[in-house]
Amino acid sequence: MGTVLRRLLLALPIAFGVSVVCFALVYIAPGDPLQTIVPPDATQATIDAVKHAYGLDKPLVVQYLIWLWRVLHGNLGTSISTTRPVALEVMLALGNTMRLVALAMPAALIVGYAMGVAAARFPGGWIDRAVTGIAVVGVSLPNYWVGVVLVILCAVQWSLLPATGMGSGHAALLSWESLRFMILPSISLALIPMGIIARSTRACVLDLASHDFVLTLRAKGMSESTVTRHVLRNALPQVIAIVGLQFGYLMGGSILVETVFSWPGSGFLLGRAIQNRDVPLLQGTVLVLAMIFVATNLLVDLLQVRLDPRLRRG
Amino acid sequence: MMGHKFGPAWRQAALSAVLAGSVAAAFAAPAFAQGVLKVGMTAADLPITTGNPDQGFEGYRFVGYNLYDSLVEWDLSSATKPSDLVPGLATSWAVDPKNKTQWIFTLRKGVKWTDGCPFVASDVVWNLQHLTDPKDPAYYAAEAAQAGPYLTNYASAKAEGEDKVVITTKQPDSLLPYELSYVLMISPCQAKKLKYDWTAFAAHPSGTGPYLFAREVPHREMDLVPNPDYWNKKRIPKAKLELFPMPDPATRTAALLSGQVNWIEAPDPDAMKKLKAAGMKIVTNTYPHNWSYQLNFAKGPFTDIRIRRAANYAISRTDMKTLLDGYMIKSYSTVPPTTPYFGHPVEYKYDPKKATALLKEAHCYPCAVTLAISTSGSGQMQSLSMNELVKEDMDAAGFKVTLDTMDWNALLAVARVGVDKYPTISAINVSRQVQDPFNALIRHVATSQWAPHGSNWGHYSNPKMDKLIDEIYNEFDNAKRLVLLTKLNEMMNEQAVMIWVAHDVNPRAMSPKVHGFIQAQNWAQDLTPVSVSP
Repeated sequence: MGTVLRRLLLALPIAFGVSVVCFALVYIAPGDPLQTIVPPDATQATIDAVKHAYGLDKPLVVQYLIWLWRVLHGNLGTSISTTRPVALEVMLALGNTMRLVALAMPAALIVGYAMGVAAARFPGGWIDRAVTGIAVVGVSLPNYWVGVVLVILCAVQWSLLPATGMGSGHAALLSWESLRFMILPSISLALIPMGIIARSTRACVLDLASHDFVLTLRAKGMSESTVTRHVLRNALPQVIAIVGLQFGYLMGGSILVETVFSWPGSGFLLGRAIQNRDVPLLQGTVLVLAMIFVATNLLVDLLQVRLDPRLRRG
Repeated sequence: MMGHKFGPAWRQAALSAVLAGSVAAAFAAPAFAQGVLKVGMTAADLPITTGNPDQGFEGYRFVGYNLYDSLVEWDLSSATKPSDLVPGLATSWAVDPKNKTQWIFTLRKGVKWTDGCPFVASDVVWNLQHLTDPKDPAYYAAEAAQAGPYLTNYASAKAEGEDKVVITTKQPDSLLPYELSYVLMISPCQAKKLKYDWTAFAAHPSGTGPYLFAREVPHREMDLVPNPDYWNKKRIPKAKLELFPMPDPATRTAALLSGQVNWIEAPDPDAMKKLKAAGMKIVTNTYPHNWSYQLNFAKGPFTDIRIRRAANYAISRTDMKTLLDGYMIKSYSTVPPTTPYFGHPVEYKYDPKKATALLKEAHCYPCAVTLAISTSGSGQMQSLSMNELVKEDMDAAGFKVTLDTMDWNALLAVARVGVDKYPTISAINVSRQVQDPFNALIRHVATSQWAPHGSNWGHYSNPKMDKLIDEIYNEFDNAKRLVLLTKLNEMMNEQAVMIWVAHDVNPRAMSPKVHGFIQAQNWAQDLTPVSVSP
């Protein structure tokens, strides 16, 4: 309980720091926070009037404090570009990204973990070389490029799956009508985590295999499957740490993959907020994403403690 | 009597069945032929629906002009002649002969907002106040920003009865009808009913346009359906509209090729051959677009007319057209040649030797200039490769070009603020719409339009042009004003006030199942005649 509280309290300064950095960066970057609501030919007089209406003519510190005060009262503000509440925008986008993560993450974990274990089981052999090759390719290929290739092959050439979007919005979440839109972006997103999990699992399992306790198990005459079970169980906390990190990254969304697939997730939202200099939307999105990252790490820590008794003793 | 006329009962029954069938077919056939037009837009998001939309002219094209009307509208019925103004919610307009600052608009009778309220003169006054008066309870800053550039000369409005509105301008303004063509009218009834909650209004918009708002899935899709009660019976839409934001050109191309949409805006020139090979129709036309450079007249090389002319002579528009696979019109003037006030401007055709000679004569050889450009952006075409080609050509003629590359938003900020804050930039490459006389010509050269007050970024000033502009504003006879506008365009060319390179041809690709589209020479397009076969 103490650990949870301590970690939660640590999250507060992180959130504060993130919000300050984000706010400052938006104003350091060239451009105009009113880009979305004023046309390119708007005169300065029009811009000044709108700035005043949105409170953007106040000193930066005042703007920041007003925003912070609202956030502390549970109000993330209103998007300048869409006029909808930022909280609603972020929740909608996170929900959309979550759909992809729900497919991509288990796929990356299962395939990556299996590949890593198989490679570690036969180090130096052809399986190991093949797994290492696939993992390197998975990590190295730009996922948006993979997305475009998948679209060309699966949507344009073979007409198997839709090229872009999320569908009509009428279909049930778990229906094929909805799921078929998720397959290509999920594959594109899963590649990097899969490669990382495979490589990390392989390294971790190989490292553990050289530990004294494995030698002891073998000396005691344990079967190879029992030894493997012990090794895998010991590898799990490290793998979970990596999975947690990757989950956080995926929830942040991929601006590029979501743009290629016109998928209105958190990455897409973030990209749009940056491009439009939509300060309230950008602030709110970054803050929520940072909190998700912190919460994920906290969960991973707690899970590790639960899985590894040595951490409890420490 | 009827029974006698049509014969026995069974024949009547048969006839009735045939008639019923015909009636059903009459309704069913259009419904069958109408189909759904699914559009992949270049916009990164769905346009707002509270009146004047965002997302540039794509917002007007697909949402603004479909949900709403303006007092004066563009004739979008022809592909072969430039669009001009036609009656919209106003059936006629004329300046008050006794007071040239007052325009009298006679409104169309019998029009209803889609919420059922009648459209009357006080609604127009309400709309104009809603867009211009920060003290008005209906004032909405986001909409004021969108409409603001078109209401710079607006002073006040008053209703005279139910079908007349008198609009007063700050100074005589013969071009007001053009400006009002961009100001869309929304229902005051609906706004009041929703207590000026503009988020709620966006979800339940009410206008007088040819389409009705059906639904919006945020950031994903907006559906519009035909308005069967539209006042212009010739423009009752045939097809339902589904709009999808697809900012990535490769995504739009893939979506069209895979049949997910049947219409895409601005396909990548590299994908044209593939689209044609797949049987898609590529539609292009001249339209009032200008890819050029606005110049720094306050400081630096372009203050010298010889250097401005040299830059224009240095660029090969033929090579540029090859780069774009033919999808452009060579530009030697701010407006395309089909514009009524194009006239006979000086054409600075490619002549690198002449360019070099002019630079040497001006003692600026090599002549160092900095061009501020964007990586992409609305109307910027293939910005990076086009600018690289311009640099190559200008360097070959004796310029020493530095490309100052920034994102679109940052370039717009430079453009708005004006040359005073960016004296080291010699020119900015911001594409402009040049659809009406003010946006095409006046704003680029009038002293009153010096940035940040207007779009004259480089602070060009020429007393002769200012006098001519004043005459244009005060000339209410269309034919006589056309002569003055032609003179202004020719003067602008003679003075080489810009570096002109290309006019876009607004390519769009569509499935062979899409029928009836006429691409007007305009940023807006009429989608009402479009049908989609199954």
